[in-house]
Amino acid sequence: MALSHLATSSSRSAALLRPLSSSIYLRRPISTDTTPITVETSVPFTSHQCEAPSRSVETNPKELLTFFRDMALMRRMEIAADSLYKAKLIRGFCHLYDGQEAVAVGMEAAITKKDCIITAYRDHCTFVGRGGTLLEVFSELMGRQAGCSRGKGGSMHFYKKDSNFYGGHGIVGAQVPLGCGLAFAQKYSKDENVTFALYGDGAANQGQLFEALNISALWDLPAILVCENNHYGMGTAEWRAAKSPAYYKRGDYVPGLKVDGMDALAVKQACKFAKEHALKNGPIILEMDTYRYHGHSMSDPGSTYRTRDEISGVRQERDPIERIRKLVLSHDLATEKELKDIEKEVRKEVDDAIAQAKESPMPEPSELFTNVFVKGLGVESFGADRKEVRATLP
Amino acid sequence: MRPFSTATCDIENQQSAKSINLYSAINQALHIALETDPRTFVFGEDVSFGGVFRCTTGLADRFGKSRVFNTPLCEQGIVGFGIGLAAMGNRAIAEIQFADYIFPAFDQIVNEAAKFRYRSGNQFNCGGLTIRAPYGAVGHGGHYHSQSPEAFFCHVPGIKVVIPRSPQQAKGLLLSCIRDPNPVVFFEPKWLYRLAVEEVPEHDYMLPLSKAEVIREGSDITLVGWGAQLSIMEQACIDAEKDGISCELIDLKTLIPWDKETVEASVRKTGRLLVSHEAPVTGGFGAEISASIVERCFLRVSNFIYFVLLIEYYREPIQFFFIESQAFHCTNNLILAPIILNILASTLKTQKEENEKNKKVQTMLTCLCGDKRMHAAEWN
Repeated sequence: MALSHLATSSSRSAALLRPLSSSIYLRRPISTDTTPITVETSVPFTSHQCEAPSRSVETNPKELLTFFRDMALMRRMEIAADSLYKAKLIRGFCHLYDGQEAVAVGMEAAITKKDCIITAYRDHCTFVGRGGTLLEVFSELMGRQAGCSRGKGGSMHFYKKDSNFYGGHGIVGAQVPLGCGLAFAQKYSKDENVTFALYGDGAANQGQLFEALNISALWDLPAILVCENNHYGMGTAEWRAAKSPAYYKRGDYVPGLKVDGMDALAVKQACKFAKEHALKNGPIILEMDTYRYHGHSMSDPGSTYRTRDEISGVRQERDPIERIRKLVLSHDLATEKELKDIEKEVRKEVDDAIAQAKESPMPEPSELFTNVFVKGLGVESFGADRKEVRATLP
Repeated sequence: MRPFSTATCDIENQQSAKSINLYSAINQALHIALETDPRTFVFGEDVSFGGVFRCTTGLADRFGKSRVFNTPLCEQGIVGFGIGLAAMGNRAIAEIQFADYIFPAFDQIVNEAAKFRYRSGNQFNCGGLTIRAPYGAVGHGGHYHSQSPEAFFCHVPGIKVVIPRSPQQAKGLLLSCIRDPNPVVFFEPKWLYRLAVEEVPEHDYMLPLSKAEVIREGSDITLVGWGAQLSIMEQACIDAEKDGISCELIDLKTLIPWDKETVEASVRKTGRLLVSHEAPVTGGFGAEISASIVERCFLRVSNFIYFVLLIEYYREPIQFFFIESQAFHCTNNLILAPIILNILASTLKTQKEENEKNKKVQTMLTCLCGDKRMHAAEWN
């Protein structure tokens, strides 16, 4: 959302958020400053079969503050989703992204909305990065009509067609061949766009990933496989599940790059590099070294297979938001109070969106039976006597 | 929810029994399987620390990491490795975390596991393979966590498909599946993992496969179901009884090869059949049951006069009902109970109207050819 403010064509940015954001800009004119600043990435990139891009990333005050705001918003959103789940307002399955925000934000900064993104079920923040609104997020999470999938998808199935977000897929690894298919179409259309197919370190062991990668490499498709390595496939540590946890190397003949996924600027640099590479030479694998603070899903406390010290260690040392906060402060782009104010505003935005989402009605019971086929294919849902065409549920 | 009644299931030498839920019963069965046969292995995603539904709790500690272990997220691999393990004479118990995730392994199950014995001329087999997977609605599972894919597997000769309805059943049936010399897909009703609690004998026992069980006897209509659906149908039977409808309830337990005789005998008695399953109606296993029962109880009637009389007598010889509950996702399983009740009520209405006429016809019929309704088995 704030990202789409940044983009010149902010066609579908949230009407709800616009006044708030612009008021910030009025108070703090420095945030619109686009004077280039060069920042060094936290660690150098490690490459496989290609030459790594430079560690020096060009950014500007406006971008850094947007990163800060977007990530703070995503973090707050996920924390709020956690509370809503515990309050039983969100039911079913819910996978939270907090800790990994830099991947969503950094990737968006390097590409356009014409490039496609497809991901697995940890999709809330990727959706927001693509310009989805908080209202759509919370409505979808609570199964309301105002949700991005009209309340029919839930946490795992967020989609946004107008900015080429191909969603939210529930079966581990199954979205990757699909993403390569998107790249296949892009190759035909010759419009210089690419597809980012995201998957986790758990999915990296699925066979269909390698099958899709082989075809993509064979036909030089503009597919970028992004392995968001948060080091645990559900409750199993990467080294217990993968003979080689160096996921960027596992394409063998396909080039790869290992990126600090907790550093939004490194992610941006890598994605920019990957897009150029993919358009010229075909697929590439980006391994984002990242971390999820929450458990795999809401039923996983996240502390049985890893230590609390490990989690708090990452929070202290590598947190993506704190990294940007330090950069903003060290470059004197905003005061600590101003950053705190942003966080407060974000919190209010989230609360407002939740309140609004709660107002949205549940889908009509008849929606249970729509969208299964295109209308008119003769599909009926019927009551037990086969006479009532429409089933009404109590 | 009230506990399940599986009292009709006779378990010999019943020793001590404890009241436990379904996942604990599965856990007990796995303990016994590992204990009694050193060639038994349990593996799947996250099983070594208990699995997402706690079914494998404590197994790794007790039997070691070489017999109970985690696999990478790779269903095709899990089943493929299971087949290989079983082909060398082991008992491989593979867990697919949700039945919805079984499809990457579909090829391995259909083409590799099911046909191994036949295509090798009985030189090889993977009879020691049991694939466990939680299936069905759980109230809020969504698209990838509430499917009931049993019908896909029922189309495959060479594997067995088994679904238990309660803790006691789950333990006995799972042990039978593990020890059965054929590959088995064992679907566990995840809705009942914690919800269903009953007395489960602590000792090692097995319940027969391919044997349906009449849970409740009745005379007006036969209800057939499996797994979690039984609890809803049982409730419907109780409600229907208040309206004076006497229902016979059958738990199929094994879907292939299924116990046609028990269902047939019941339908011959009641003249009506209701099949209810969570999976979509079209291509569902209910259609298979209805087709078989029609074939057995109706079309095979050889005596033409009989045929006419039969039609006259029953008007609608056998009434079939289908219920589609989980087309893709559904909020609550329990919505089914009133729907079933509704059907039963309309059945009763028709029945009452026809009763008077039936009596007359029956008298006629008895005069003509004896009371054939009472001796339905002679029809064929």
